[in-house]
Amino acid sequence: MLYRTAGQFKTSYVADQALFPVRQDAVLLTIILIFGWVIFPMTASEFTFQTLLIPILIYALAAMGLNILTGFAGQLSLGTGAFMGVGAYACYKMVTLFPWMNPIVAILLSGVFSAGIGVAFGIPSLRIKGFYLAIATLAAQFFLVWLFEKWSWLYNYNASGAIQVPNLEMFGVFVSGPQAASVTEYYIVLFVVTLLTLLCINLTRGNLGRTWKATRDMDIAAELIGINLMKSKLTAFAVSSYVVGVAGALYVFMWKGAAEPNVFDIPLSFQVLFIAIIGGLGSIMGNYLGAILIVGLPVVLNVVAGTQVFEISTGSALLLAALIAAATFLFGVARNLWGMAAAIGFGAATLIYGYAQLQGFRIESALIEHINVMIVGALIIFFLIIEPHGLNQLWRLIREKLIIWPFPH
Amino acid sequence: MEFLADVFVTPFVDMVQAPDFLMQVLWEGLVSGILYALIALGFVLIFRSSRIFNFAQGIMVVFAALTLVGLFALGVPAWLSVGLTLVVMFVLAVVIERVVLRPLVGQPDIILFMATIGITLFLIGFGETIFGGENKVMITEELGIPTGDTVLEPFGGLLILQHLDITVVIVATLLVLALLAFLNYTQMGRAIRALGDDHQAALSVGISLQTIWVLVWFIAGIIALVTGIAWGARAGVSFALEVIAYKALPVLMLGGLESITGAIVGGLMIGILEKLFEIYWGQPLLGGNTETWFAFVLALIVLLFRPQGLFGERIIERV
Repeated sequence: MLYRTAGQFKTSYVADQALFPVRQDAVLLTIILIFGWVIFPMTASEFTFQTLLIPILIYALAAMGLNILTGFAGQLSLGTGAFMGVGAYACYKMVTLFPWMNPIVAILLSGVFSAGIGVAFGIPSLRIKGFYLAIATLAAQFFLVWLFEKWSWLYNYNASGAIQVPNLEMFGVFVSGPQAASVTEYYIVLFVVTLLTLLCINLTRGNLGRTWKATRDMDIAAELIGINLMKSKLTAFAVSSYVVGVAGALYVFMWKGAAEPNVFDIPLSFQVLFIAIIGGLGSIMGNYLGAILIVGLPVVLNVVAGTQVFEISTGSALLLAALIAAATFLFGVARNLWGMAAAIGFGAATLIYGYAQLQGFRIESALIEHINVMIVGALIIFFLIIEPHGLNQLWRLIREKLIIWPFPH
Repeated sequence: MEFLADVFVTPFVDMVQAPDFLMQVLWEGLVSGILYALIALGFVLIFRSSRIFNFAQGIMVVFAALTLVGLFALGVPAWLSVGLTLVVMFVLAVVIERVVLRPLVGQPDIILFMATIGITLFLIGFGETIFGGENKVMITEELGIPTGDTVLEPFGGLLILQHLDITVVIVATLLVLALLAFLNYTQMGRAIRALGDDHQAALSVGISLQTIWVLVWFIAGIIALVTGIAWGARAGVSFALEVIAYKALPVLMLGGLESITGAIVGGLMIGILEKLFEIYWGQPLLGGNTETWFAFVLALIVLLFRPQGLFGERIIERV
């Protein structure tokens, strides 16, 4: 009912090609943007900024970069972490060499360096395909991380070998470093992410995006209809690495505050890949959904387990458990019996856990960490089984059902 | 000029001047090469029979070693623990096939690949929950593996051969030969190869996909146990062992994803070349620790000239 499209006529090609041909989509996005730009910053606590809002945005951005390469252009990459590192180190060198530089400009420029390196490592993709290419990108991953460690010029000959974010000012306000307020950092991240998302949406809808998709679906056929494969693949590597590099700069400058080379090691690459795949390859919105799940879930699990530093009332723990149960149930209903059974099982486990919390039952924090890893692994398999095309596809199905509701077809 | 000499002359002069040291380096390269080849074989078997790029091979190594040590710590005799670990690996293979692979049959390769990463994460968490995250010592002596060393003196120099390494080389070679015999001369083995050659044709002559998948995952589990024991005896049992699985990836690239010969030759090549590079070029010129990336870069360069690897099937693309 809320999503009824009846009466929305398109009378021109421009209207048909609009970013949101359905009015409700635009309304929904406006609501989300209002939440992101106004309501969250006004209500969020320091903890929420640092563990949920900022990392979710940064990871979503990194996943979007990877998604352009893997989801739109079809080139599997396992080196995302290293390219994030290139962005972070480039940004660090820029702000220490040119302290007068505007931090946002530095962050946006740092992507240029990772784009260059991305293109260099993308050249083999012209000959190597599929899993061979995936392993080839691992060469970039391991080599670059080794370079971050051994090339001391990169971290200004620090004794620690880590890069430390200095206090950076913009218009008299600290925007990065230990003295910056979380809200400022959040707004900068949000600004950059919004900007790049807009850019990516339009790139993937345009001419370039169509050549990428043709390359992905069958590169020989694409070549036969006159697409320059070299141009298509290398632009995909460039744009993707640019976005990933900017995400890396944000990761260190707006969130972590300091980084050692091993931060950019292979687990980071995989985390970003998870987000892109769970969110849905070949979609923009999926990256956000995936980031919310992959970044948000461990936090929620921790909070439910009651091991976080701050006190959480058992009431809200129970509420969270119920929410997770409801959400998984919804996912289950949207798919099949198998998914539903798993969702009910998971929901019941969470509820029992919440009840045990109520009774004063606590588990050691180390064990929680291990169980967290286990649950994330199981969830990845679970989501792949119930919806291999990702959360984005799930949302698309729900939206289609809403549009024709209350009719079944 | 001096730099060029450092790169192109000095290493070779060093090699000629100290042939005993060179032999030591080659020997150590050979030992790790054989282990890489073994892990790569596990990959190749699974890849051939199911087109799954099995990222979980590394964690299976850790998991097998942890189970073995854990069982022994419970007071189970060493040989029985090995048997029980094999049972655990079999159960693992059945569970993976039933819970993960069967619902995902026919999905794109990348989805199955992601599922194996999911398995990896799950096993990491599961292993840590059960066995704890700390380092453990492999029960080398209890398993009857010799631990001393033999000192040879070729060219008036010194060459130390650890008995452990000799055992590893012998056992690994035997295992590879047994595997080749199994694949070539038994019905099950032929079925695995048939499935690798042509999925649909194999299914139509009555080869059961499920059985074969359980079988190849179980073989991968056996390989994981052997590698786990060998590597655990040298470096201790911890989750850091997982990284040796990454080493199998360039081996696969070099040898070709489908080729069993390729896995063996590639493994030996990478094991030896990366040791040589690290000792003669990496440490003096690049600050060391080049072993993390050398194999990948080498494989990348080879792939630029032969995109299907040295022994891989020629990639024929049609529209």
